[in-house]
Amino acid sequence: MTKRIDEPTGTETVGHEWDGIEELNTPLPRWWLYTFYATIVFAAIYVVLYPAWPMIDRATQGTLGWSSRGDLAREMTAADMARQSTVERIAATDIEKLPADPELMQAAIAGGAAAFKVNCVQCHGAGAAGSPGYPNLNDDDWIWGGTLTDIQYTLTHGIRWEGAEETRANFMPAFQGMFEPAQVNALAGHVLSLSGKGRSSAAGAQLFADNCAACHGSGGEGSPPMGAPALNDAIWLFGDTEAAVKAQILAPRHGVMPAWQGRLDPVTIKMLAAYVHSRGGGQKAAPAQPATDAASDVAAAAKADPNG
Amino acid sequence: MGSALYEKGKTVHNKRIDGPFRRFKWLVMLVTLGIYYVTPWIRWDRGPYAPDQAVLVDLANRRFYMFDIEIWPHEFYFVAGLLIMAGIGLFLVTSAVGRAWCGYACPQTVWTDLFQHVDRFFDGDRNARMRLDKAPWTPAKIARRSAKWAVYLAIAFWTGGAWIMYFADAPTLTRDFWTGNAAPVAYATVAILTGTTFWLGGFMREQVCIYMCPWPRIQTAMLDEKSLIVTYKDWRGEQRGSLKKAAKNPDQYGDCIDCNMCVAVCPTGVDIREGQQIGCITCGLCIDACDRVMKEVGRPRGLIDYATLDQCKAEAAGAPPTPAWKALLRPRTLIYFTVWAGLGAGLLFALGTRTHTDLTVSPDRNPPFMLLKDGSVRNAYTLRLRNMEARPRDMEIALEGLPQGAVMWTESVSMENAARVQTVTVPANATEVLRVYVLLPEGAPANAFAFRLTSLDEQREQDVTETTFAMPGNE
Repeated sequence: MTKRIDEPTGTETVGHEWDGIEELNTPLPRWWLYTFYATIVFAAIYVVLYPAWPMIDRATQGTLGWSSRGDLAREMTAADMARQSTVERIAATDIEKLPADPELMQAAIAGGAAAFKVNCVQCHGAGAAGSPGYPNLNDDDWIWGGTLTDIQYTLTHGIRWEGAEETRANFMPAFQGMFEPAQVNALAGHVLSLSGKGRSSAAGAQLFADNCAACHGSGGEGSPPMGAPALNDAIWLFGDTEAAVKAQILAPRHGVMPAWQGRLDPVTIKMLAAYVHSRGGGQKAAPAQPATDAASDVAAAAKADPNG
Repeated sequence: MGSALYEKGKTVHNKRIDGPFRRFKWLVMLVTLGIYYVTPWIRWDRGPYAPDQAVLVDLANRRFYMFDIEIWPHEFYFVAGLLIMAGIGLFLVTSAVGRAWCGYACPQTVWTDLFQHVDRFFDGDRNARMRLDKAPWTPAKIARRSAKWAVYLAIAFWTGGAWIMYFADAPTLTRDFWTGNAAPVAYATVAILTGTTFWLGGFMREQVCIYMCPWPRIQTAMLDEKSLIVTYKDWRGEQRGSLKKAAKNPDQYGDCIDCNMCVAVCPTGVDIREGQQIGCITCGLCIDACDRVMKEVGRPRGLIDYATLDQCKAEAAGAPPTPAWKALLRPRTLIYFTVWAGLGAGLLFALGTRTHTDLTVSPDRNPPFMLLKDGSVRNAYTLRLRNMEARPRDMEIALEGLPQGAVMWTESVSMENAARVQTVTVPANATEVLRVYVLLPEGAPANAFAFRLTSLDEQREQDVTETTFAMPGNE
């Protein structure tokens, strides 16, 4: 390690030499070096103040006690506080009167959209478009009624939900064993013909009038208070093929929706109802009908005789 | 030799010099600083709905105003185009005249130059400054330094203060700033820019050019032997010798009298006679100095001069000197210029032909369509209607290319008033976001169609945006 001055450049060498190649000492500027030291000091202080060092089960905590979870909790609390007054106003407003206050309605729809993403998309889909057996909430077909009150009731008590006393419940009887195959064909043809799809026949029309019209109406127009779907429209919960209709006649499937009372607070349910109603297919300005009474009547009837 | 660990910063005390390049630098400084400080205060009447500041970057409302030009977020390609032009412009300038940007127009150079004049004002010229630097800290020196640094700080503060004026109404912001009502970001920006200007312009100076800035590394790679750069013509200058020595042995010595003036005037402390180096920002002050000395000793000017390395080689071989401007015309610079000018022409054309309305359409994807009870199909779209004029305007949206019976409505116009054409009032200088439902009766075939936007005023500006109609089975 002999330091010397390099002739051509006039620079001191550091004394290292490899195979005749020597390293010149061209040091960093002082300010640069001090900046580097400053970053080391910064890092040391940072490690003491903040969580930094991974240990066996958790990182060192830091003397400030700061954590990103704590930050999140604070922000969530602040956000809750900020929307507290709006939530209280929604809670105090009758659901059918919400649309009269567009600002409050918008807030309710926004809150409902958030709750929908957490609780409803598993069955009804992210865009609320449903899938076979799970109703589409964007269209204009409402099996149990599409007013704000109807939707709120459905959300609160569920559909065919055994855990809720006042759940919406009715069951279509299974006609397995009651009809001959030819009769089933005729009936399915008539049902499809109601919406212009199949071929009606006198036998089919007669079978429908005798067995189905009581709930579904003579023209297949359905009955929301009874939860009987309309059969004369283009929307089919379980499919519009002949096979699907025949399957539904012989051994009907029934969708179940849980009651959200108790799981979600009433304000959230109200906001969800507003959101579902806003999806474009909500029944607009329909007069509040005594849907709850009718539904509970049906529910009671259904309990008395599960086979309808 | 200094310590092995670090190198002490060497303060460059450059000597005052006068000459064509110095005067050009004065001019550039006057123009650039003038533009920088004055621009935000120019007023421009745009009517009642828009700000009256000629150049304004309105980040809050996402508008960029430049005299009669107003840039909206969806027109950001104008800004991107200008940035690309600036990039190609740097290539063009660098390939033609080397680091001219660094030498004359770079903010670091301009402010360093300004601060060096402050040094000269308070401490005198080079020798006086060097003496004062070495002198002990007497009260007189402390007073001198405090005064100088106070002026540094004032310039730095003014610089930071001028910057924020571009982002808000300048007179209002000035009043708010001094009454404590401006946004915290305004104070923070001024503080940061004051600090960096004070530090980088007052103290770091050429160290920024040599150690911090990446641009000299890129620029040195973009220079070639045909670029005009500051060169020392060693075949003419060497062997160096003082006038006395040269008088004794005229054959042995070249034109360089080794007076060191070129080093003394250099703002980055470079000795240009050592050849091309990263510290040289090609400001030409050494040319001024050398030409002056050559004139005094009665030798031809141009010992240090703007020349290309090729010209130097040719001259060394005995060819007559070529005029510097000839170096500007060569394929490389012409190609850069063509690209640069083509881009500029394209932007100007786009600027001249743009309308003040704009329509974008995004169809709902989830769900793509909605089957209704009566078999009709409904699609939903989010439309953005832009009115880029400083007055509210009525606009008409119409369905084009959909079969008979297709209708639309919006959230504000309910389904009962569904029609093929809807009229919307868009506020001044605003984008109206509109959710539009389009309904097609059962059995009507549809696929691609378009929304046509027409402004219902004398201009009747139009914008057509194509989109698709999703149906069961062809989604």
